[in-house]
Amino acid sequence: MKPEDKIMTETKGSGSTNLSRRSLLKAGLAGSGAALATGALPAAARAEGDPLITEIQDWNRYLGEGVQARPYGTPSQFESHVVRRDVEWLTASTESSVNFTPLHELDGIITPNGLCFERHHGGIAEINPADHRLMINGLVDRQMVFTMEDLMRFPRENRVYFLECAANSGMEWRGAQLNGCQYTHGMIHCVVYTGVPLKLILEEAGLKTNAKWLMPEGADASAMTRSVPMEKALDDCLVAFKMNGEALRPEQGYPLRLVVPGWEGNMWVKWLRRIEVGDEPWHHREETSKYTDLLETGKARRFTWVMDPKSVITSPSPQAPVRHGKGPMVISGVAWSGNGRITRVDVSIDGGRNWQTARIDGPSLPKAMHRFYLDIDWDGSDLLLQSRAMDENGYFQPTKNELRAARGENSIYHNNSIQTWYVQADGTVENVEVG
Amino acid sequence: MSKLVKSILISSALLSGAGFGATLVSADDSGKFGLGREATPAEVAAWDIDIRPDGQGLPVGSGNVLDGEELYTNACAVCHGDFGEGVGRWPVLAGGHDTLTHERPEKTIGSYWPYLSTVYDYVRRAMPYGDARSLSDDDVYAITAYLLYLNDIVLDEDFVLSNENFLEIRLPNERNFTPDDRDQEPFYAAKTEPCMTDCKDGPVQITMRARILDVTPGTVDDDAAAGVGGVD
Repeated sequence: MKPEDKIMTETKGSGSTNLSRRSLLKAGLAGSGAALATGALPAAARAEGDPLITEIQDWNRYLGEGVQARPYGTPSQFESHVVRRDVEWLTASTESSVNFTPLHELDGIITPNGLCFERHHGGIAEINPADHRLMINGLVDRQMVFTMEDLMRFPRENRVYFLECAANSGMEWRGAQLNGCQYTHGMIHCVVYTGVPLKLILEEAGLKTNAKWLMPEGADASAMTRSVPMEKALDDCLVAFKMNGEALRPEQGYPLRLVVPGWEGNMWVKWLRRIEVGDEPWHHREETSKYTDLLETGKARRFTWVMDPKSVITSPSPQAPVRHGKGPMVISGVAWSGNGRITRVDVSIDGGRNWQTARIDGPSLPKAMHRFYLDIDWDGSDLLLQSRAMDENGYFQPTKNELRAARGENSIYHNNSIQTWYVQADGTVENVEVG
Repeated sequence: MSKLVKSILISSALLSGAGFGATLVSADDSGKFGLGREATPAEVAAWDIDIRPDGQGLPVGSGNVLDGEELYTNACAVCHGDFGEGVGRWPVLAGGHDTLTHERPEKTIGSYWPYLSTVYDYVRRAMPYGDARSLSDDDVYAITAYLLYLNDIVLDEDFVLSNENFLEIRLPNERNFTPDDRDQEPFYAAKTEPCMTDCKDGPVQITMRARILDVTPGTVDDDAAAGVGGVD
């Protein structure tokens, strides 16, 4: 398998997808074969032409629904498979559990609000914003209470950030386990947040000189708490009330959540009701028992806040098999890093022996998802697909074997290793590990 | 901030000079917008229930092992088991000593947690699961005392835990937590260009296949699933 035979487009440093004349010709031939497979056009009908064209269709004749039939629009009925899914055996109860974003069906860099994965520790708190309060107490000049109305009067910012659960890919530490990038990589979403810089709210209360740490706390039944160092709080944290232009969804912390760019999702406290200011960290349950990373030595890292560079090919992937046969194939994926922008994504089709630099398309924003593509001409042979992200800090995404050599297999969190998909000749795709 | 404030003030002056009824909002010299109000002591007391390892936040109170056992049996054992062993997939609270280097470590209060303050804080803020904040401060001291007893950290059934002696109790694993030093790991520390061509000798071999394990939803096999890591 020589990769150069399969690469149709040299994408490095260029946004173009110029197909060669020869590959266009080949694509045309393969394309007609693919139409047979998916269009299911009988031979007789083919001679007459496609009835979807030659016969007048209902939607071309009858009126559709009027403008107010869908006051809050939802996706087409033909997209009903594009949903969050959970893995029942992962947790003891659904109220302290997680579900997964259908990454394999999405494109671009923005996750639709209704598809953003959920992680709760005490279920979804349903709070009327009129009943919500934010308290600032501890090492401040003045302990304060804000209503949502107050918070909406501070100057705002709009920022696009990914939110990745620290446990994303955590079930894959020991080996290939779940068949689909929704399950292996779907504890992530990326939206545009609207909110108030945390700095402005802290300044309103007035920080004392020994104020070094913050403890955000949720209003839900888990009363989630974490310790956040003051430098981060004053740098880029937001207190957000909108996502993708509309109010936060209840499952994302409505009416108020903390945004901690680039850092593990657990710290993005939802239903944010209180921020205590202190001089030491609190070492609460979610930063001692949980969200600490056990190493092979028996020691455990704590305060592993940043999410390191990571990527995954979302299509083809186990839930997005290749149905179109040989010829042009779009390899599509996402990359992200808590250290800043993604500067490069390399893709391998032979299990990491040889790499091609993919094309990043769309906005390249710090601590946000990036979309990458590699357009290849598939000859129908087996592929071992991998992607490898690089961030502006100079970090490359490691292999799983490199991670395991450094950490062992019991860290649970922060698995940002390179994922391998095994594309077989029939187009099925499987989660594998390679030697 | 001061430069920003200055420019905002200048533009405010321009606007008000033009006779409009509003000026651009600005923080005052101390960076304040005049939003929100002072919290009352009762409000702060109602919400500020967090405890730190140095004992900050501990309420005055006490509870003993035997009272803790009764409370635990009524409110906790249905999920966590009579001896903290965990029922089904619910968290194990006791045991697992010296298992942290094992292939399947058992991380409990006794084997893994660094600070007793976390036990008190978490039980008080979030337990019992589904009925949080229902325990009195003394109840939480008693249950914490019983959890110490289940973990063989106190051996005396008559042991009384209180805000007075709380800081005398140290958990066995306190010293085994280290700072985040991921930037020292070889693949990050190097910051070198990775290999692009002929990076492995010969064709790449598949070493593990998810389909063999077969625990993806729709094909759930609980026996297989029991052997793999969870997320909570």
